[in-house]
Order: sequence, then structure tokens, then C-alpha cells
Amino acid sequence: MSNLLKKVNWMTLLIPIVSVILGLLCGAVIMLIIGYNPVLAYQSIIESIFLQPYYGGETIRAMIPLVLAGIAVAFAFRTGLFNIGVEGQLLVGWFASVACAICFGHLPKVILLPMSIIAGGAAGALWGFIPGILKARFKVHEVISTIMMNYIALYTTAYLIKNFLYTEGERTPTIPAAASLASTFLANLTQGSRLHWGFVVAIIAVFAMWFILWKTTKGYELRAVGFSPDASKYAGMNVSRNIMLSLTISGIFAGLGGAMEGLGTYQYMTINSAFTGIGFNGIAVALLGLNTPVGVVLSGALFAGLQTGGLTMQSDAGVPVELIQIIIALIIFFVGSGYVIKWAFGRLSRKGHK
Amino acid sequence: MSYAIEMRNIRKEFPGIVANDDITLQVQEGEIHALFGENGAGKSTLMNVLFGLYQPDQGEIYVHGKKEFINDPNDAARLGIGMVHQHFMLIDKFTVAENIILGREPKKHGALDMAKAVKIVKELSERYGLDVDPNKKVEDITVGMQQRVEILKTLYRGSDILIFDEPTAVLTPLEIKELIEIMKRLVGEGKSIILITHKLKEIFESCDRCTVIRRGKNIDTVAISDTNPSDLASMMVGRKVNIQVNDAPYDPKEKVLEIEHLNVLDSRKVDVIKDLNLTVHGGEILGIAGVDGNGQTELIEAIAGLRKVKDGSIKINNDDVTNQKTRKIIEAGLGYIPEDRQKHGLVLDFSVGENMVLQTYYKKPYAQAGILHNKVITKKAKQLIQEFDVRTPSEKTLARSLSGGNQQKVIVAREVDRSPQLLIAAQPTRGLDIGAIEFIHGKLIEEKKKGKAVLLVSFELDEILHLSDRIAVIYEGHIIDIVNPKETDENELGLLMAGRKKGGNEA
Repeated sequence: MSNLLKKVNWMTLLIPIVSVILGLLCGAVIMLIIGYNPVLAYQSIIESIFLQPYYGGETIRAMIPLVLAGIAVAFAFRTGLFNIGVEGQLLVGWFASVACAICFGHLPKVILLPMSIIAGGAAGALWGFIPGILKARFKVHEVISTIMMNYIALYTTAYLIKNFLYTEGERTPTIPAAASLASTFLANLTQGSRLHWGFVVAIIAVFAMWFILWKTTKGYELRAVGFSPDASKYAGMNVSRNIMLSLTISGIFAGLGGAMEGLGTYQYMTINSAFTGIGFNGIAVALLGLNTPVGVVLSGALFAGLQTGGLTMQSDAGVPVELIQIIIALIIFFVGSGYVIKWAFGRLSRKGHK
Repeated sequence: MSYAIEMRNIRKEFPGIVANDDITLQVQEGEIHALFGENGAGKSTLMNVLFGLYQPDQGEIYVHGKKEFINDPNDAARLGIGMVHQHFMLIDKFTVAENIILGREPKKHGALDMAKAVKIVKELSERYGLDVDPNKKVEDITVGMQQRVEILKTLYRGSDILIFDEPTAVLTPLEIKELIEIMKRLVGEGKSIILITHKLKEIFESCDRCTVIRRGKNIDTVAISDTNPSDLASMMVGRKVNIQVNDAPYDPKEKVLEIEHLNVLDSRKVDVIKDLNLTVHGGEILGIAGVDGNGQTELIEAIAGLRKVKDGSIKINNDDVTNQKTRKIIEAGLGYIPEDRQKHGLVLDFSVGENMVLQTYYKKPYAQAGILHNKVITKKAKQLIQEFDVRTPSEKTLARSLSGGNQQKVIVAREVDRSPQLLIAAQPTRGLDIGAIEFIHGKLIEEKKKGKAVLLVSFELDEILHLSDRIAVIYEGHIIDIVNPKETDENELGLLMAGRKKGGNEA
């Protein structure tokens, strides 16, 4: 019996790994068809990330919001909810953190920086709480409401920037240094990348997801409600309250992801005419990471690496950077068709026996 | 002599388990043959081999004396083998006739010939005395009728060997009686039947012969006329079975549960509990007998705070818990073994250990200041697994992967261990095998001896008669009568359940 369990675990781990390999292979085939050299392309990605500090730093920088978005999705998923609204929660978090930093620019760093980060998390929390209460009270499906909340976030932030925090270049003013996560130390270390202290926040979030879900009574409740609302109700748990709480916490993670972009990477917020895509990539990161904290970090690293490394791939191997998006899409496709992979392996191993 | 079905020396292995080890099953033409064994003994595997869902590793299958290879259910159907599934495979929104012809529709000029379909179904129904209305929608007919539709489906496909998979699990006593008559009539018309079951009573009421299997092995095939229930039970379990009896003297103590003038609405806002009064004392098992759908479910849900009480009061230990939150009622002393153990009793994707603390996880010693003490939980789980003989590889195993009996043991362990003043057991042994039933009955009696109040709701009259100190019969949402199990019998209970009080008066 324990043997059987081991096998199952091994199989679940197999799907993401095989998906990544298949995605990269298919990407290579596409490159060959168009007439590029896939070996050179992948080589340039790997070399740049691992050998050039600048790209290494940029990869970690790109990981920060991706991991936070992934944690947000994974947290909700572990409690039985599908949070598609990470993108919107991230946008309002981004805006709130920047707005807070600008409005209270006179405060010292020890107060302003934590306050701005918290503002980002709080805005994300609100954006998660609204679909939560809609689901708990009126049974509005969270997939629908969170998608809609994305659009509200996109255009509300654009409106607020345009009317209250506008400066030249279709963006907010730059935040004061007292609210910035940027660090000359980290930049120097990575030869001028935009790596900032936000990675500490991301690490804390990864740890927090694990701790909340598996070490606290609230997490126990959240998971129970996620797996079986009926049994939880029979055991005396308050199902509605847990749904609201789960989406709120998920929103905090997403909002923090936005704050990292505002206070770290960019130091301001532009008027977005389209979604950043980070929130949606977060869904893929969580999916590939099997909704586990460590898995989210690993898959976040992969996606961030592909995206940053894609730039050198374009300059060194001449492969258009858009191909990276295709590869990412392929990986997600294979993860989604995990059933097929399982089936194929089942067939193969059975053949092996005979 | 040729058999309708002969399975010779069937062996089927799954990774780590030999599900069928050299099993031989011989079903004579025109007999009802019981396949008898505990859950997990290998009955379903054997039938799935016969039905073409699994391929045997060894062994041969003969149908009407001819060796056959059954590669898939289509082969089985072609050979006239039909299965009446335990979980019905019907489309609710379709009519009876539509469901029956599905996949093999009669056609006229390429178009569906519904009139012909209805006619065929009607003829079949009349011939076998099934009394099914072909034009009714499946969602509008009773469970017993739905099962007849399943039977008709196999007959429509020309089956002459019918496999019934635990057919009585979902039926009321009256429906069971009718089903047995139907099976007898089918055999009278030349069909052969294999009845998969772990209920002794059915075997003795309906079968000609019986094959007992235990842990994947053939134990024996016996003629029912040559054996008796206790021998057969011992054969199945592999040891002497102790039928648990409620032998402790009836010594009721203080009132634990007091229900007065209770009124409850069901989900459709119809009065389903009407002015119900009921008292359960410490040190007694009160059985509630009744036909399904007379308000049992709603009554329990109202007690547990899961359904709103419209009027009246519920007291546990003199504590008014009417319309309180479930958690508060649990803390007031309620233990609850729910009817649907998989949906309501367990979080299936939680480990056995996590399920053991489903109501107590937030309390000392399992948690402090919101932080779980996983070590204490694990220790408790290990202790309960041992104490209640839960067969699980470890406390980390998911509840989903346990057998039904062991899942129920997890629930019973959890509820009994909390030592509640009032223990509600709803259908506590439904679908379980004799070993598990024996165990759970023992635990209920033990609770009574400890002076706890036990409220037992069951559709199995035997179980009610067996365990209860008093029997309350529920009919259309109120208690029509309370009887002493020593002074009543199935007939009287049956009448009461149908709403007739002693003396033949309509209630």
C-alpha cells in the first residue's frame, strides 16, 4: 500500500517535469521549422541566466511578482477556490502602494516602506474580499466575479492615476526613496540589474502560505472547507466565512506582488492600457508548481528565467523573443493535459511488463 | 451438465493484491445464485471479469457451456450477460422508455420510433410484472422504480443472465420484498441470476445456491436448503460471528434530548416535521423506524443545527440549542454519525489523522493560540486507529482510499472518543459487511452502557429491532407511536411505518 502511494507521488511529480521537457522540445521543433538553431537558442538562455550576473539578477527580479501571484493562486486553489482575479488584485496593490508612498512621502523609511507594502496588500485583500463576500452571501461564482474585478481594477487604477497622480509619460510620479525597495548594493552585485529587496517579501509569502495552510487551525479549516464544504459544515465550521477569508488572503499575496513592482522594479505605476499578464502567469506558475509553496518557487524561476533569457536568445541566436511565450504556452498546455501523460506512461510501463 | 455461467479457476492480480485467487463459480440455468462475501473479498472484481471490464490473468469462462473470451462489456452483452448496477446509470430528465432504449433505439425510416419504444417497454414490463410506466420521467419515480428501469434495460438488450450488484442497499423493506418477487419471476421465465450481496437475509429469502468468497479465495458453494445463516456468516468472515445484542438492562437515566412541538420545513419550504415530540434518556438506545423520506433526515439536521427550526424547541442536557450554530450544539454534547459518511462525515482528501479531529482541531490539546499541534493529533490518531481497529496503512493515508467499513470506523472512533452525551447514528451500518456491522453495533451498545443517549435512525428493521430499547416510528413528520421492541414485530412496525395505528385506524 505504501508502495502504491509512493508511486502516485512520483507520478504527480512526473507531469510537470515531462511537461517542461515536452514544451522545450516542441519549442525546438518550431525553431527548426522556422530556420533557427534551437541548441544555440537554449544555450544562450542558460548561459545568460547562470553566467551573467545582470540576467541572473533580472531573473530573480522577475520571479518576485510571479511567485507572489503564483502563491495567491495556489493558496486559493488549496482551499477549493479558483482565483482568476490575481491580475486585478495585483494592479490595485501596485497602485495603492505607489499612492501611499507618494502621499506620505514625508515619513521616514522605517514607517513609510512597511506602510506602503501593507497598503498594497490591503488593497489586494479588498479586491479578493469582494468576490469572496459575493460568493459566500449570494453564491456568485468566484471565477466570474474575479475576472470582472480584473477589468474594474485595470480601468479604476488608470482613472485614479490620470486624475490624481498624473505626471508626464502617462504615469505616476516616482516614489520617494524612503518607500523604495531598490538597492544599490543588489544592483552592484548584479552589474546593474533591477533586483530589489522584494525577494525577501516573496520568501516570507512562500513561508506564510505553508505555515498558514498546514500549521494553523485556520488553515486546517480553510483546507477542510475547500475539500468538502458539506463535511466542514457538519463538523461545525462556518463555510461562508472561510470562503471570504481565503479569497482575502489570496488577494493579499497578489496585492503584495503588485507592491513589489511599484516599490521595487519600476518605482512608479504607468497607466496600463492592457493587463500586465503577471497575474495570469501566476495561474500557470501555480499549476506547474502543483499548488505547493516550493513548486511555485521552482516554476516561478523557470518562467522568469525563460522570459529574461529570451532577451539574450534574441540577440545571440536571433530567435524572436515571442517564441518564449509560445514555449510557456506549450508547457502549460502539457501540464493541462497531464492526464494524457499519465495515460501514456501507464501504457508504456504496462508494455514493459509484458 | 452445462451451466449458464461457469468461471473456472479465475485469477486476477492487481499490483500488490491478488483480488481473485483460483475462484470457480458455477451458476446453473434458471437459478438465483448468491455471490456472498465481505466488502473487498473480490466479488466485484470477479463480476467485472465476467462483464468484460477486466481480463483474468488465468482461468476460463464458459457461457451456456461454450468457452468464451469476454474482452469488453459489448461482448458480455452479446452473450446475454446484463448487469444491474448498484449506482443507477440513468438520465434523470429522460423518460423511462427513453432511458431503456438509449444506445439501441428502435427506428422507423431512420428516425426514432418512440411509439414502438414505449410499446416494447410496456410489454417487457408486463411480462415480468415490473409495473413501470414508460412515459414517466426518471426523476419523478422512486428509487425502487428506478431499479426496475435498470432491470428493464438489461432485459431490453436481451440478457438472460442478470447480475444484481448489491441491489437492496438502496431499497425500503417493502421494495426489497417486491424485488425478490421480481427476481423469482425472472428465473421463472428462464433467466439466471447472480446476486452479489453481503446480506444473509436476502440470500435465504431468494437464492437457490450460494458461493462464498473470502479474501479473493473460493470458500465453498452450498445449496441454501442445506445451510443456515450462522454457518454462512462464519464462512464469510472466517471465524465465529458474535451477533451483538443489546443485553444490558434497560435503565433509563435523566433526559438528554428533549424535543417539543418541533416544526421544520424542507428545502422546498414544505412542512416536513410536524409537531414532533421526542425524548431520549441517558442509558438508552432509541431507534427511529420509518420509510425513507418521512422526515428522518430533516429531524437529525434540525437537532444538529444544520436546518432551521420553524417552531418548537430542542434541548440537549437541558440546554436550549434550538437554531444554534452547529459548533455550539457539538460543544453542548452532540455526537453525530451522518447518513452519508463520504459526503458529510469525512473530508475524503484529508488524511485519516486529520479526519480524527474534524470537530476538535481548534481545542487543546490539538491546538493552542491558533497553531496546530500536529504531533498530538498524530498520536491521538494512532491511538484511535488501534482502539477502533481501523485498517489503514497509516494515519497519513487519505480517508478516500479506505474501504467503506473503515471509513465508518474512523467516524465512529472520532464521535465516540469525544464522549458526547447524545450520539446520533444515522444509517450507521448501511453498505457495511458483517464484521464492521458487528463492531459498530458493539460500540453503540457500549455507549448506552456508559449512560449516554443514543438516537439510532435506520431503514433496516432488523437493526432497529435488534439494538433499540424503545422504537419510535416516524410517519409523515411526526412520531406516530413508540413501541417496545420485545413486544412488537416486523409486521406491526411495517403497518405503523405505513401510517396505520393498532386497530387499523388511519393516523
